[in-house]
Amino acid sequence: MSILSRASRSVIALFTLSWALLLAAADMDYGLQPVAIADGTWVLVGRSEDFSTANGGNIVNTGFIVTPAGVLVIDSGPSRAYGEQLKRAIARITDRPVTLVVNTHHHPDHFLGNQAFAPETLAALPGTINGIHTEGGAFNDNMYRLAGDWMAGTEPVAPAKQLTAGPLDLGGHHLELIALDGHTGADLAIFDRSTGVLFAGDLVFNDRAPTTPHANLAAWQKALDRLEGLGFKQLVPGHGPVARDTAPLRQTRAWLSWLDANLRQAAEDGLDMTEVLAIQPPAEFRRLAVVEAEYRRSVGQLYPAYEQQALSRSGRNAR
Amino acid sequence: MTTHRIRGLAALLLASSLAVGAVQAASGDRQADPLDSPRWGDMRKEFFPAKARVVFDSRVKVSAPLTAENALNVPVSVDAGALPDATEVLVFADFNPITRIVRFRPEGAHPGLGFRIKLQQSTPVRAAVKTRDGVWHVGGTWVNTTGGGCTLPSAGSASPEWQKRLGEVSSRVWERKEGGERIRLRIIHPEDTGLAAGVPAFYIQELKLTDEQGAPLLHIEGFEPLAENPVFSVDIPAARTAAGYRVSGRDNNGNAISAVIEK
Ligand SMILES: [Zn+2]
Repeated sequence: MSILSRASRSVIALFTLSWALLLAAADMDYGLQPVAIADGTWVLVGRSEDFSTANGGNIVNTGFIVTPAGVLVIDSGPSRAYGEQLKRAIARITDRPVTLVVNTHHHPDHFLGNQAFAPETLAALPGTINGIHTEGGAFNDNMYRLAGDWMAGTEPVAPAKQLTAGPLDLGGHHLELIALDGHTGADLAIFDRSTGVLFAGDLVFNDRAPTTPHANLAAWQKALDRLEGLGFKQLVPGHGPVARDTAPLRQTRAWLSWLDANLRQAAEDGLDMTEVLAIQPPAEFRRLAVVEAEYRRSVGQLYPAYEQQALSRSGRNAR
Repeated sequence: MTTHRIRGLAALLLASSLAVGAVQAASGDRQADPLDSPRWGDMRKEFFPAKARVVFDSRVKVSAPLTAENALNVPVSVDAGALPDATEVLVFADFNPITRIVRFRPEGAHPGLGFRIKLQQSTPVRAAVKTRDGVWHVGGTWVNTTGGGCTLPSAGSASPEWQKRLGEVSSRVWERKEGGERIRLRIIHPEDTGLAAGVPAFYIQELKLTDEQGAPLLHIEGFEPLAENPVFSVDIPAARTAAGYRVSGRDNNGNAISAVIEK
């Protein structure tokens, strides 16, 4: 074998390798496309799917509000790469700095992009900060399993700045921070009175079945009542398309109340968990994305508490 | 029309799976594992004497979710009611670090049991049902999970609360539409596997369910993979229903479990 051919082979190998790396880098592009929905208000709508290596965890809605006083980012996405690409997408639209990044709650797709932003801009409700501290590491590990390479370099970063409920004026936008709970122990909704846009976080899902790993169904339904009373013009749900009416809110409420009634009845009827899993959600919910998987997960997460309540009534110890 | 066709197809599939069940029961030990698990050979050796007749039999129903996100609490129910005379049921999971999950003898209760388990990784979950003729009939299903359920300590082992309530039983009895009764019971117990660092194995080893006169209905031998604060569902045929029931047993540290199950 001649030296020349060996060298040319190495060149080809090198070329192939760098091409592969380029392709891999291109693959990690979320293709984020901010959509303007109101004055200075942009939304990035994720897919109505489960976490996967195909979607890289981009199943979530994030948003930002551009004001003369700076940019407010609402949720940072599922990975470091998402956070960085979100930051670049913002920079393509405005040269104003990001001054505040808010995590609506402590679920991984809403805060794992925090690394991309300056630490002093990160903020959340105290319960959310706590949740990120205690569960962020486990969420991050789980996201690596579910989304794979997209997660490269991602680590959980908890905001230091604690938010309190109440008005917040930012460059002429009169915002209302609303502290609620029910989807998790701390759910922040942001209502922009200037534009009528409500960022509801995961208190509202639209045409995608809600997730319930930390849910308190009664509190969640109360939170929805509060949001419905705000008189918003547009609603940005945590997952699913933006809406101009209360339909997603009512859909979320209908699902939660069916889930609650179904699990209560099942426990009262003495059903084993495998029998509860075999129940088909009613027809009105079948068009919700991932409804079967979410129902199965919700049964696993919530049924034990209903069971316990049904069993405790007549349980008696002989001792 | 589509629904009709699908129903027709389902009926056909059901009919053919019953036929397969019968053929399998006849062909004995040489049949291939329907769950296609590389661990089946080891399971066969570990749980059954070489001379025992072991057949795959679709009449043994094992229900569990195909995907289980919470590996600490995977619901499983076994029903061997389609076999004429089940005397003993052994439930195991090929790929669990502790394969044996539970063994029970229906002594009057319906030959079935609902319970929950911890899984370490995706695995077949199987029930082997021994009939009076000495033949073992094996059914099962794959459960996919991201796992980790067996090497995590229980929530109970970290909390001072459970010690006060250890062995506490809550229970309830339901009348069944199809006749007979269902008993569900939950026992406070950490059910530690011994595989989590620094947490010794601590689990329920024996439970006896009787009617209030003491006539046996079901004997359960428990192993480490049963889930924390285990919940059981047991059905009692109409002929054996009673005014009340009783459960008693012990864990591997000798702590007694004893409770009256009142209606
Ligand atoms: Zn969430």
